[in-house]
Amino acid sequence: METIKIQGTEDTPKVTLDKEHEIMEISGRSLPEDVASFYDPVLAWLDEYAQDPNPKTVFNFKLMYFNTASSKLILDILMKLEEIHEAGHDVTIRWHFPEDDEDMEEAGEEYADIVDVPFDQVPYSG
Amino acid sequence: MDNKKDVKGFLEFVYEFYKSMKAHEITLVYEGEITHQITKAFTSLTESNMAKDDEPGNVQRKVFHVMVECLQNISKHADDFSSSDFLFSGRGIFLVSKGDNEYSVTTGNAVDNDKIEELTNMLETINKMDKDELKDLYKKQMKEGRLSEKGGAGLGFIDIKRKTGRDLEYHFLPISNDTSFFLLTSTISRDDN
Repeated sequence: METIKIQGTEDTPKVTLDKEHEIMEISGRSLPEDVASFYDPVLAWLDEYAQDPNPKTVFNFKLMYFNTASSKLILDILMKLEEIHEAGHDVTIRWHFPEDDEDMEEAGEEYADIVDVPFDQVPYSG
Repeated sequence: MDNKKDVKGFLEFVYEFYKSMKAHEITLVYEGEITHQITKAFTSLTESNMAKDDEPGNVQRKVFHVMVECLQNISKHADDFSSSDFLFSGRGIFLVSKGDNEYSVTTGNAVDNDKIEELTNMLETINKMDKDELKDLYKKQMKEGRLSEKGGAGLGFIDIKRKTGRDLEYHFLPISNDTSFFLLTSTISRDDN
């Protein structure tokens, strides 16, 4: 399966989706000019991945900032992961947040409330 | 002669303008089209100023959030006018001010009078809600709301109220029979908690 690697910029996150090496991560800042077109390839990749997922899927979010338009697309990603989980596969979301950033921690809690997938909150320093 | 007088009058106006900016503690003012490039430039400028001033991290993050949502409100929603109109699509005024205790972010843009009622209802509904109600509304809107053609998700106002913990202060002023100027100001406390 094709690997997606997108370098982060000041307004778009770094995205790595690598089935072979079991790396799935979105990190950095997300306020793209056009959120839908930025996240379309990510959602399409997950649709394909869902056809034949790895025995264990760990999806990492390590965002410093995301705008409200991105928050909706992040939920779309989580819902795709929920579908994979519902199909009987082992899926874990790891939500990384700066330890002093309550808003980012709370955002993770809210997503965990909405989707039914094992959800780990992971504080980090700096 | 006349021209010289005009120039002098204009320069005096600029000085008055400068003084009133200082009096209102305005650190950034812009009038024109609000694009994504402008959004990036203003947020990064304000960010580096706040970092220079050793503003606490959570204050910096809140100001950043509010600026982005306010700017995107204009760029994504001020879209009802033909481009021949001087108040055309995506234009507006944007101000940031910094006082001893708080930052405020103010936007102004033209809106169709037909939209006033809907906007007022939305703002009043959000202002009346407590923390938990806002959280529920945000979640609901995220699940059920759809992205508009321009990528707005209808979440901006809710997010601003949640991040600032203060009411959304707004005002409509008439421009013509069909349009009004919509002003919105959000305040972010500089207290680190």
